[in-house]
Amino acid sequence: MSTTTLLLTMAACGLVTFLIRLSFIAFGHHLPADPRISNVLRYVPPAILGALIAPEIFLIGGNLNATPDNPRLWAALVALLVARLTHSVLATIAAGMAALWVVQAWLG
Amino acid sequence: MIDDSPRAEFLGGVRAELPLLLGVVPFGLIFGVLGLAAGLPGWAVVLSSSLIFGGSSQVVFAQLWGGGMPPAVIVTTVGVVNLRHLLYSAAVADYLSNLPWRWKLLLAYLLTDEAFAAAIGRLRDGPATAHRHWFLCGTGFTLWSGWQLSTLAGVLLGAAIPESWSLDFSIALTFIALLVLSVHRRSDAWAAIAAAAVVLPALLLPHKLGLLVAAGVGIAFGLFMRRFDGKKP
Repeated sequence: MSTTTLLLTMAACGLVTFLIRLSFIAFGHHLPADPRISNVLRYVPPAILGALIAPEIFLIGGNLNATPDNPRLWAALVALLVARLTHSVLATIAAGMAALWVVQAWLG
Repeated sequence: MIDDSPRAEFLGGVRAELPLLLGVVPFGLIFGVLGLAAGLPGWAVVLSSSLIFGGSSQVVFAQLWGGGMPPAVIVTTVGVVNLRHLLYSAAVADYLSNLPWRWKLLLAYLLTDEAFAAAIGRLRDGPATAHRHWFLCGTGFTLWSGWQLSTLAGVLLGAAIPESWSLDFSIALTFIALLVLSVHRRSDAWAAIAAAAVVLPALLLPHKLGLLVAAGVGIAFGLFMRRFDGKKP
């Protein structure tokens, strides 16, 4: 796609992000405080992240691979374990990349 | 007597933010590298750090743009990923309500996870002085500067890294770490599992709506499983 589309899409993403951050700061007194809304909001991050992760692991170059010879599957499991233990984004990335390289070398 | 001048508050914010940069700067480096790996041009990776200014949403942006998603889906997904900032906005709103508009606009722009985390203690528990918003300005400015510089460095570094290193996988790893951080109850994990299970077939849906449909299914399943969570807060 063109440079203009890229710039406009990025600017729109920036505007949406900014308006979300501005919401209560600017219009707090006019927004509803409904506990049902925060109940829905709490499931947004895990749901969207789950939906983003699965294709990154199982779809490689547009092809589905959900078998044990997919190195990304093992690396993702190592990363999940390290994330649970350390709660650190950096440690998770480091361990996951190391695991991916080891398994890729193993499987040839 | 406490020094509550704008300068002292601002420097207090800078000092509170500096330790958090230890985690932010490497993430900025990685984002610079993976932005290139996802297929964005270098200038776009650097520009996204000031235009979007949010680590996980920039990763999402790079990944979806690289995957050829339509702009409407990209913007919606970035918005959904950033919805948690509503909670930060609500949390700081009371402390900023008397400020002029230009301050509200500036502080809203600077309101990221780490700037919020480092400032909310001062705002909530510290003395209610006239210049306390300078503290949030200090944390936000420090984070902003560290983020810009580290992304730029990552782009320069990333250009030198060969594709055979599979660094694009760090996108998935970033999401895995953020997912684990967002799971506090069993139903949170169920929301993620349901969305992950649905997304692969859902990607066959027209207009590339699969991602948002899967997220919707995950949210609904999480809400349904909430009744089995037990009585934890």
